[in-house]
Amino acid sequence: MCVCSLCVSAPRAAAGVGGGNDFQWCFSQVKGAIDEDVAEADIISTVEFNYSGELLATGDKGGRVVIFQREQESKNRPLSRGEYNVYSTFQSHEPEFDYLKSLEIEEKINKIRWLPQQNAAHFLLSTNDKTIKLWKISERDKRAEGYNLKDEDGRLRDPFRISTLRVPVLMPMDLMVEASPRRIFANAHTYHINSISVNSDHETYLSADDLRINLWHLEITDRSFNIVDIKPANMEELTEVITAAECHPHQCNVFVYSSSKGTIRLCDMRAAALCDRHSKFFEEPEDPSSRSFFSEIISSISDVKFSHSGRYMMTRDYLSVKVWDLNMENRPVETYQVHEYLRSKLCSLYENDCIFDKFECCWNGSDSAIMTGSYNNFFRMFDRNTRRDITLEASRENSKPRATLKPRKVCTGGKRKKDEISVDSLDFNKKILHTAWHPKENVIAVAATNNLYIFQDKMN
Amino acid sequence: MSACTLVSVSTVLGCHSCSRIDMFSKGTKRKFSDDGDEMLDESLAGAQVSSSYSLQRQSLLDMSLIKLQLCHMLVEPNLCRSVLIANTVRQIQEEMTHDGSWQVVTEAFCGGSQSPSERLVATEVLCRSREQDAEPKLFSVLSYEGCREEEVVADETLCSVSVSDTASNVCLSESARHCWERDELVDADRDDETCESSRLGPGDDEDDDDEDDDDEDEEVDIDEESPRDNPKTMGQVFGTFEIKNGTPGPDSALEELFSDVDASYYDLDTMLTGIQSAPKMGPYDLLDSLAPSHGPPSIGSPSSCRSDLNELDHIMEIIVGS
Repeated sequence: MCVCSLCVSAPRAAAGVGGGNDFQWCFSQVKGAIDEDVAEADIISTVEFNYSGELLATGDKGGRVVIFQREQESKNRPLSRGEYNVYSTFQSHEPEFDYLKSLEIEEKINKIRWLPQQNAAHFLLSTNDKTIKLWKISERDKRAEGYNLKDEDGRLRDPFRISTLRVPVLMPMDLMVEASPRRIFANAHTYHINSISVNSDHETYLSADDLRINLWHLEITDRSFNIVDIKPANMEELTEVITAAECHPHQCNVFVYSSSKGTIRLCDMRAAALCDRHSKFFEEPEDPSSRSFFSEIISSISDVKFSHSGRYMMTRDYLSVKVWDLNMENRPVETYQVHEYLRSKLCSLYENDCIFDKFECCWNGSDSAIMTGSYNNFFRMFDRNTRRDITLEASRENSKPRATLKPRKVCTGGKRKKDEISVDSLDFNKKILHTAWHPKENVIAVAATNNLYIFQDKMN
Repeated sequence: MSACTLVSVSTVLGCHSCSRIDMFSKGTKRKFSDDGDEMLDESLAGAQVSSSYSLQRQSLLDMSLIKLQLCHMLVEPNLCRSVLIANTVRQIQEEMTHDGSWQVVTEAFCGGSQSPSERLVATEVLCRSREQDAEPKLFSVLSYEGCREEEVVADETLCSVSVSDTASNVCLSESARHCWERDELVDADRDDETCESSRLGPGDDEDDDDEDDDDEDEEVDIDEESPRDNPKTMGQVFGTFEIKNGTPGPDSALEELFSDVDASYYDLDTMLTGIQSAPKMGPYDLLDSLAPSHGPPSIGSPSSCRSDLNELDHIMEIIVGS
């Protein structure tokens, strides 16, 4: 029986991937070191499930990619979902030095995007600030034995000694997972790449930096098409940058990009080669009563994600998450407050730069719920149907196997109840910027600095 | 990320209610009383709240300018962050212009020796960001191993603020600006636009030489120039070689401001063969020494606001120039 405080009298919702109210989230696993001293290189900078949810990739500031694979569910324990174990680890990007500008190029992995699987191997795109790489991850669990011309240890056999002919046979061997870079897409971005997105045609993908968006073909590395360029002729006039971009999940000619002024532009690549003129322009009119010096900064969109259906898109700005209907440009259809209690602290957050933190957001598989991160290792989930929301915490204290996560609450004023935490006690160093939701099940991955938490729902 | 403790400016600006207006304004009133606070009050109708609002707005402006100054020396700074901060500065300026307080602040801070006209906003941090030996700042990159990202290579003194009465001219962080100039250097090579690539050249050095002569130690004196539009001049934080070869006026004024650093930036040879210099204490070092920030940064609690005020006084003192 569900003892979650949220679903007091809610009837059990329809089966399938639901929101946060008819089941509870439980701790499943945590990956990463426990030390208090976190090495900068270990900080996770991106998290992404593949299309089937079998693989979970993370990238960190040290340029490494770690891929976890879900183990097959055991028939002995049907209630426990498969665990994620390390499948492959490789160094995707190395730090570089731009000699012309005398500046380092960070090896931090900004984004990882999986390609749909087409054969036994898995492919993913990983990018740092300047270079995108296509990695092939393949398994090898057999090897051929019984060669004619060489021994088992590789030495060539003396041809005159060979008297019989044999056919090599495939023998099993320990599983070896190899990651090899298949394509390197470099030198196309002057500014820092913030997004990559694989197109629904599975042949092209786009990459976006602060001022430009390029369209690539996965097979071609020495050329890309520039499809958006908002760089002003005179850089003195620069007031707006691109913050995120994504391809439409079904229409390969459509993509969106968001800006630092809180606007989203939808572009159709059929209209023109250079999509500087948008097809649709999404902006919510500002509320004049809440205008302040920080209005623009907190309206800057840090992430944009299409729903799986392709009908909606979600944007994350500093204090809220908004769901937009692609057919309605003048305002979002839903707005969810993530941490409204921070609105009175904006000046302090501006001073310590937290106001510039870029939070991501994600949909669940059925588009009925959305999730995003906050501070103090809190993350928030919103059920779009019931309009319920829940705040959970990713912490080692709640890390007993299959322990139910207790909802957290931030006290905004007045008397602080037991178990509540006051705004002034929040730890702004512990921020959850990257979260991912399994495409089909209620399994979520939450990156808390250098630790990756995996939570699952408890099947009732 | 820098873990500087927070000053108590948190509530008035952009917020709904403030419980500390009185405390803050009392403190700063003491500070500014010798420097023309009376003028400020008269101009702003003497209302306590409004004068404290404008003081806090001023400190937000200063904070923003310092943020633009403290760009990462190892890695290219975040363009989105710089754009947002620059837009904030522009917004403050516009409001101050409409208020008429831009004029007042100019008069309050200008010394008698310099005419208030045609001057750019600058803090001493921006003016005197380098040693006299004119080494390229960017090569201190390699000596910054242990330094946090936001330490500035600058003089330790935040001296007087010189403010323009033409609100449109804002002199923003030179290092941020030069970060973008370096950016454009590469961009020029790659772009098809010939207009950019044509801006590289010896012409840059000539401008530098002129401005070097005009540079002063204290506040930088900008030559007569016509006020530019806000966006145009504000955007010089993303400055490019276009600034150098643009129309005379604010460009040359800006050049003068940054002159002791500029030459090396535009000189490729110097860039590639520069000498490292030791890091100097920057304003964030000052903040650090005032307020040790061990542990997680948290929003100033009421119990620490008194010490925050003292620190704020100290910082304001330095900025204003006692």
